[in-house]
Amino acid sequence: MTEQELKPKAKEEAPAKGERVRPGRVFIPAVDIFETPQALVLVADMPGVSGDQVTLDLKDNLLTIHGQVAPPSERETMLVQEYAIGDYYREFQVGELIDKDKIEASVKDGVLKLTLPKAERAKPRRIEVKSG
Amino acid sequence: MPIFLDRDPFQELDRLQRQMDHLFQNIAGRERQPRRGGVYPLVNISEDADHLYVQAELPGVKPEDLDITLKDQHLVLRGERKIPAEENNVNYHRRERESGFFRQVLRLPAQVNPNKVEAAYQDGVLTIALARPEEVKPRQIEVKGA
Repeated sequence: MTEQELKPKAKEEAPAKGERVRPGRVFIPAVDIFETPQALVLVADMPGVSGDQVTLDLKDNLLTIHGQVAPPSERETMLVQEYAIGDYYREFQVGELIDKDKIEASVKDGVLKLTLPKAERAKPRRIEVKSG
Repeated sequence: MPIFLDRDPFQELDRLQRQMDHLFQNIAGRERQPRRGGVYPLVNISEDADHLYVQAELPGVKPEDLDITLKDQHLVLRGERKIPAEENNVNYHRRERESGFFRQVLRLPAQVNPNKVEAAYQDGVLTIALARPEEVKPRQIEVKGA
């Protein structure tokens, strides 16, 4: 393992898509995407998002990830703000055939892990001919 | 010629930056932009009557890999972000998340009680609550009628 010092990155704002109902900003989460023989796995950094605040959707090969973040407390006064707070949103075109019923998602320590199992190839079906 | 005699020049710069931010915030009527550059992790510092709060986004960092120390008004956040290696037969399409070490030294903008510091880590966000000393807490002053 190489010892590397982490560099801070400003969050990148997600391109606006229609008007949002909730006010606030939306950012693009950093992701890792890798493929195993069985599945496509997506890992996204979404600090401040708990499991019940994630909305996932896969429709016509378009995968949408949305994580909601609670706005900062009104009772506190911000003195120094280095990072912005807002929701997370990102879309991906998924090329592979995915078995939608077996998608698994988990959120731990602000990291979303999404496992999209590949659909089994359409197996040749044998048609039985019933004799009457 | 020394300009800052007994002041920390960086804190002065910080203060200036904050004032500038405040100015722009008032003009634009929107939230100030995060400062460029800096050190990982980026932090937000807020306050209420009793506490100073330091927050940092550290997704996927295990609490046991975090080391927080407070000394002479300086808060030091040290740690490591580890990304577990996947099996050998994986093929990466995107790799945007980064792993590595970090060390952030913050000069706190207000006095705190070093014996009353609490740190909590939830959903990848670290929150350090530092209590103000009793003697500097803002006190409500009652106005007596004649």
